[in-house]
This record gives sequence, structure tokens and C-alpha cells, in this order.
Amino acid sequence: MENTYAIQMKHVTKRFGKVVANDDVSLDIKRGEILSLLGENGSGKTTLMNMLAGIYFPDEVEILVNGTPVTIASPKDAFACGIGMIHQHFKLVDIFTAAENIVLGLHEEGKLDLKAVSARITDICQRYGFVIDPNKKVYNMSVSEKQTVEIVKVLYRGADILILDEPTAVLTPQETDRLFDVMRNMKADGKAMVIITHKLNEVMEVSDRVAVLRKGRYIGDVATADTNPQKLTDMMVGHAVTLNIDRPLVEKRHLRLEVRDLTVRTGEGVKALDGVSFQAFGGEILGIAGISGSGQKELLESIAGLRAAEPGSHVIYHPPAPDEPIAGQHVPVDRAGEELLGKTPRQIHSIGVSMAFVPEDRLGMGLVGTMGMTDNMMLKTYRSGAGPLLDRKSPRELAQRVKDELDVLTPSLNTPVRRLSGGNVQKVLVGREIAQEPSVLMTAYAVRGLDINTSYTIYNLLTAEKCKGVAVIYVGEDLDVLLELCDRILVLCGGQVSGVVDARTTTKEEVGLLMTKFRKEASQA
Amino acid sequence: MTQATQHKEPLLRIVKRDGIARPKAYAIRLIAVLLSLVVCGIFIYAITKLNPVQVYEAIFDGAFGTNRRSWVTIRDAMMLLCIGVGLAPAFKMKFWNIGAEGQILIGGVVTAGIMKAYGSALPTPALLVVMALASILCGCLWGVIPAVFKSVWNTNETLFTLMMNYVAIQITSYCVALWENPVGSNSVGIINQMTAYGHFPKLFGQTYGLNVLLVLLLTVGMYIYLKYSKQGYEIAVVGDSENTARYAGINVKKVTIRTMAISGAICGIAGFIEVAGVSHTISTNTAGGRGFTAIIVAWLAQFNTFVMILISFLLVFLQQGAIQIATQFNLNDYASEIITGIILFFILSSEFFINYRVILRNRKGADGK
Repeated sequence: MENTYAIQMKHVTKRFGKVVANDDVSLDIKRGEILSLLGENGSGKTTLMNMLAGIYFPDEVEILVNGTPVTIASPKDAFACGIGMIHQHFKLVDIFTAAENIVLGLHEEGKLDLKAVSARITDICQRYGFVIDPNKKVYNMSVSEKQTVEIVKVLYRGADILILDEPTAVLTPQETDRLFDVMRNMKADGKAMVIITHKLNEVMEVSDRVAVLRKGRYIGDVATADTNPQKLTDMMVGHAVTLNIDRPLVEKRHLRLEVRDLTVRTGEGVKALDGVSFQAFGGEILGIAGISGSGQKELLESIAGLRAAEPGSHVIYHPPAPDEPIAGQHVPVDRAGEELLGKTPRQIHSIGVSMAFVPEDRLGMGLVGTMGMTDNMMLKTYRSGAGPLLDRKSPRELAQRVKDELDVLTPSLNTPVRRLSGGNVQKVLVGREIAQEPSVLMTAYAVRGLDINTSYTIYNLLTAEKCKGVAVIYVGEDLDVLLELCDRILVLCGGQVSGVVDARTTTKEEVGLLMTKFRKEASQA
Repeated sequence: MTQATQHKEPLLRIVKRDGIARPKAYAIRLIAVLLSLVVCGIFIYAITKLNPVQVYEAIFDGAFGTNRRSWVTIRDAMMLLCIGVGLAPAFKMKFWNIGAEGQILIGGVVTAGIMKAYGSALPTPALLVVMALASILCGCLWGVIPAVFKSVWNTNETLFTLMMNYVAIQITSYCVALWENPVGSNSVGIINQMTAYGHFPKLFGQTYGLNVLLVLLLTVGMYIYLKYSKQGYEIAVVGDSENTARYAGINVKKVTIRTMAISGAICGIAGFIEVAGVSHTISTNTAGGRGFTAIIVAWLAQFNTFVMILISFLLVFLQQGAIQIATQFNLNDYASEIITGIILFFILSSEFFINYRVILRNRKGADGK
């Protein structure tokens, strides 16, 4: 196969305010090759590719497509160059069919002939091994199907340089394998592909070459065959790191939280959780796995008192014994177990059930973006102290302590937290929750968007909490981490518990199958 | 594959600033005001062939030319400030209270009613307290009704508060007809003109001394409330994200209703001050659109009540000056409104240059204005 350069980017620089997102990056993409663009969050991978796709305009650049210099000022220019990008967040019209979405925005001569379009789509699918029904509406599709539509959309427009931004983040292991097969087919067809990811095992599996970015700088590229995950991590981080999570087994585990037949409906009346039952123990990290949107959010919210549950649901809290180190100064509760449902978030928090919930937009719940660290520290405790005025002294001390202990990078304690990077925001949130000395600590996507070092800091913090006797509930998306960090893993599928497995003995495949258990049964029925 | 044609870099690009030093931000605002004066000058000259400098002198003369004019400027600025202070907590909570007009009017109407009915029955200080309390209650009610509907049934507060204005206007028209004096004048006239029962007494020898004192007390109080009190903190959290507020165990409904009660109460007081301390009469024009102008005051000041003092003075200064040039140069009122409009436009758009910078082609990284 001929190995010519599809794209050469030379000396790309892009700044956002004072932040240099890409600093003099030069990158080549070859035809018939899958290039992994590897780097931690915030290292500038997506920014770099967005400039190829015409979303951003670089401050300094020279781009050559097939050896000819071009300027890409809009997505239209990008398509004209044959560059197509599949974004992390799909850009599809829900009420349209696959075919309608695919031709949307194309100005083709003559009448719109959806039959011809469908034929062409089927043709593309057959060539690369996609499975897609052109007449299926998007709202009926699974995440993986939507992604397929996005890819076909790009191919339909004649792209022969494809950029995939973290395509596997939303897929199960099985779906990921299928995607990789398709990618290999496209490679065989001579297309150039860039896959943005920070999952090392995927890099090793699918790509031919790896280019590494760190803090906006181009670190270098290596052939995948000549490297291994440890070497790649060292390149990403800049120094050697150990990728092991310490997982001590806590001998004394006490029942802390008992969830029985928890059923929760969304605002539209759909069951988000359906008869969920499980137990969480102090001294244990209970992982919760599942495709995003399987009820993880609703589960945590209903335990924390933010969401009403259907009658017949129970969440029983068993407080730690008074002699346990984590007994703390929480409001005393019935030793035989106390029902949490029906209590207000404030009451639940005051008895020691803490939630560090980080939803998709990170600042939507848990932190106030426009406030600084100090003011965020007192979000749950501002009522303490007599009188109508706020006491900012102890929150300021706490903020300073969190900043020092967790190395939060912030210009000052009063800088609005929305100006901080994702990792620092996460540290502020987790730091505050741990400072409350909870006996149940719930975290959702605690490491989303964090660099490797910070992720491991968080894992270690959670493990330390577990060793203290805290019941940790960890909703995660990276199966490798779940398998390494947790003691047990509960798998949610469509709002139901599809299984609880021992994290020390289970396999990724087993968990992956559980994640789609009910969907498969439904489609067979 | 097709080959893209050569594209040029866009002529103008907009880049978000990473934060700006405070002196620079004020410099940008100052430049905006100066530029607006230049543009107004060109406009004045083009339309009227008058010397702009003379016109500006006349504006200053209109606002501060005589002792009396200065006091009118101060009086009106205090009114605008009072309403702005009332709106601040609501807008900080992202509750779009555009019902200040109605809240002022309803506060004014009860003040006028009590003044008329009990003017001779109570000594003036007691009467003032009663009127103040009544106007607070009514303003409160006018603010709480939309807040309750929003909390319980999630109605749109913008439309609701706006509609409450019309209810207040109609009530006022009814009362004006009821209290008409002299009959057939279609106005209430100065209430208790001879006896001055229920009118603000002079304070420190100044007619409007009490107005200034009351409004400044509210200004300082609101500053402390928003910045240092627990309730002010709750308002800030609810305004930033209701989800976070619920997560923190804040009762969003309670905070919404309480905040609107405060906001409405202060607007009600504004109506009380206007009627008892300024006009001593009531009409449907008592609020006079200031309930809307004050929104600009509150937002421009970013809810910092001390900055609001400056902004209300600027706006009133322009209005008073405008009236002066209208009479002095035989221009009609619209000319002055155009000038006010141009100046406001520049001030508002200066915020854009504070948050973003503009990069011209070939001037890479160079600073826009």
C-alpha cells in the first residue's frame, strides 16, 4: 500500500486567552493508516483536530492536504478537503431517520431522492461492514447506532480522512470491537484515520502509529508495534508513573446502606430505576457500571434525597458503631437502621451520607461556578454559626487546606471555580466532601476529564476512605479502572440490576455482557 | 477528491479574554463614554449645526446649573437607585422581575390613599410609618404572587410580573378617578397641599434629605445582605444553578418567594418615597418607566449597590441635561432621548470589549480596543 501523507500540519498554534492549547504542533497523517492521538485531558488533542475540521481557526498554521497548502476556515472547507470529524457528542436530529440525517445540509442538484440516498448508504455500509437501517428514526437508536450514522454521514460526503473523537467512551466492549473492525476495513480501503483517545489498551489494539501530545506540545510519535502502555504513559505524563491501584481488603465490613426495590420514575413517567436492590458495606468500594444513562444518576440522586422514589422503595441506612473511627459528629440515627427516603437532602447529609456528584457538565451540581473555592466550601455548612451573617473564616481555612493537600491550581481562593481546569474543579469537590467525614461517600464520574496523575490521586483518596471504614459507591465508566479499584461491581442495565460481581475475579467481558443483558433479551423477544 | 480553494484568514476574529485587569476595564468604559460623546457631537452637529461643546455645557447646566437643579438630580437619582436596589436580589437570583413598575405603583397608591384618608387623624411621623409599612406590604404582595406561581406551577415570571404591572396601573386609574381633585381635572392634585400632612419633613434643612437618607440606608443594607448574609449566599447559589441549590439542601421555593418578597417590598418603598417624599400625588405615571430603567442600573452594576449609585447618577444626569437642551436650543425631547440612547449603547457595548478582544487580520495577537 502506498503511504503518502494525507495531511501535514506544520507549526500549529492556538491560544484561548492566556491558555496555549496547541503550541507549535506538527503532525502528519498518512493514508491507509490509523493514527492514535494520545494525550491526557487538556493536552490539546481535540483542539488540534477541531482546527482540521474547521471548528476553530488556528493562530498560526500551515496545513497541507495531499501536499497542497490549504486554509480551513469552516466545516465546509474541511469537507471540501475530504476531512470529516465524528464528534464526541452526536449532532443528529432525533426525529429524522438515519437517511434524512445523513443528507441534511447537503445541497445536491435536483430533487431529494431518499431512495437513492438509502441505496448509497446501504452501499457504504456493505463496503465497510456497518449495520444500519436508513429508515430508522434516530430517537429509536442506541448510542452505537447513532455513532454509526455519524460515521456514515461523513463517508457519504466523500471524506477520506476521518477523525474520531473518543469514539469508544460511550460503547460497551463488544460494540468497541465492532467499531474497530469497521475502522480496519476503512483502513484497507485507503482512508486515513485519526482516533483521539486516552485509553491505552485501545491504542495498542487498533492503531498503527501513536502521536502523543502533552500540555499542548507535540511529544513525538512511535509505531504501535514498538511500544507498550507503560512507555506511552510515560510519554503522556512526562515522567514514569506506576499504573497500579492499591486494593487492600478491609477485614471488618459492616452493612451500611441497604437499597430494596428502589423504583424511580423520570419527569416523563418512564421508569429510570426498576426494583433496584443491593447492599453497600463500610470498608468497601462498590463500583457501579453500566452504559451511561442506565440509571446511575437517578440511583445516587434518590439516595441523596434529591429525587422522589415510588412507594415501596426503601433505602435503609445503618450507622457506624460509636467506637468506629468514622462515627464522627453526625446527627445520631436509629441503630437498627433508618429509612432515608422521604428525608430532605439536608437531613441525609447531616447524618453522614455524602454525595460528590459530578454530572455531565461538571459544574451543574455540587459546585457554584461563579463562586471561588472559599464560598464553595461552605455550600453545605453555611448555615452553621449563629446570626444571619456568614462565617467565612473556617471555610477559608478549609479551602486553603484542600488547596494545599490536593495541589489545587488556582490563582486565588476567590477565583470563580468555573475558571479552573476540570481536574482542579474535581479536586475541590471531592476535597470538600471528604472533609465532611462522611460514612457513605458516593461519587459519579469522579475522574472524568482528569489527567492520569490526578486520577490516581483520587483513586488513592477513595481507597483511603474505604480503609477508614467508609462505604464508597463509585459510579465509573472505565471498566479497566472499575475492575482494579472496586471490591464489588454492580452492573446496571436499563434501570435494573443485571448483576453484582466480585471485581477481583470477574472479567471485562463478563461485565460488558451484563451491561447489555436486558437489551439483548428484548431484541430477541 | 476536490481541492479547496485558498481561503484567507477572516478579517476580524473574536477571542474571549482570560480575565482583565480592573484598571484596564475601567479605561475601556471611560473610552466608551468619551467615544459616545464624540458620536453624539457629530450627530448634534449634523442635525442641528449647533456647537456640540455648547450642547454639552447645557447638559451639565441642566443637571447641576443651580442649587435647585442639583437637588432634583439627586432626588431622581435616589429614586432610580432605590428601585435598582430593590431589583438587585431578584435579578441576582436570575428571577426576571420586570414588575417593578407595578410594585412601585401599588406602594404609591396605598401611600396616597392613607395620606388622603388619615392625613388629619394622625401626626405626620406616625402617618409616615403607617404609610411605609402599608407600601412595604403591598409591594411585597405584588412580588410574592408571581414568585408563588413560579415556585408551585412553574409559570414564566417575566410574563407574570409584566402582567402584574397592568393590574397595578388599572387599580391606580381607578383610584385616580375616585380621588379626583378638583373634579374634572382627571388628576388627584397635591394631596394635603395646604397642611402638608404626611409629606416628608425637611431633614438637615433639605427638602429631600430624608429621601437621600432612606435610600442610602437601603443601599448599604442590601450590599451587606447580598454579600455577607446567609440568605444572600442562598440567592447567589440559586441564581447560579438550581440543581446545586437543591443538592446543598436549599429550599429553592422558599428562597424564591422570600427574595421576591424583599424585592417587591423595596420597590413598594420606592413608591412610598415617590408619593410622600417627592410628588405628593398619584397618577399612572408615578413609576414613569423607572421600573424598567432600574433593570439597566442593576445589571450594569453587577448587583453591587455602591456601583449602582454611580450609574443612577449618570442616567439621571443625562435625562436632566436632555430636558435642558431641549428647551434651550428648541430641540424636542426626542433629540435628548437619542443622545441618552447613544451613550447607553456605548456603555453597554463596552462590556463586550471587556469580555472579548478583537483580532484583525495580519495583526496577530494584537489587542483590539
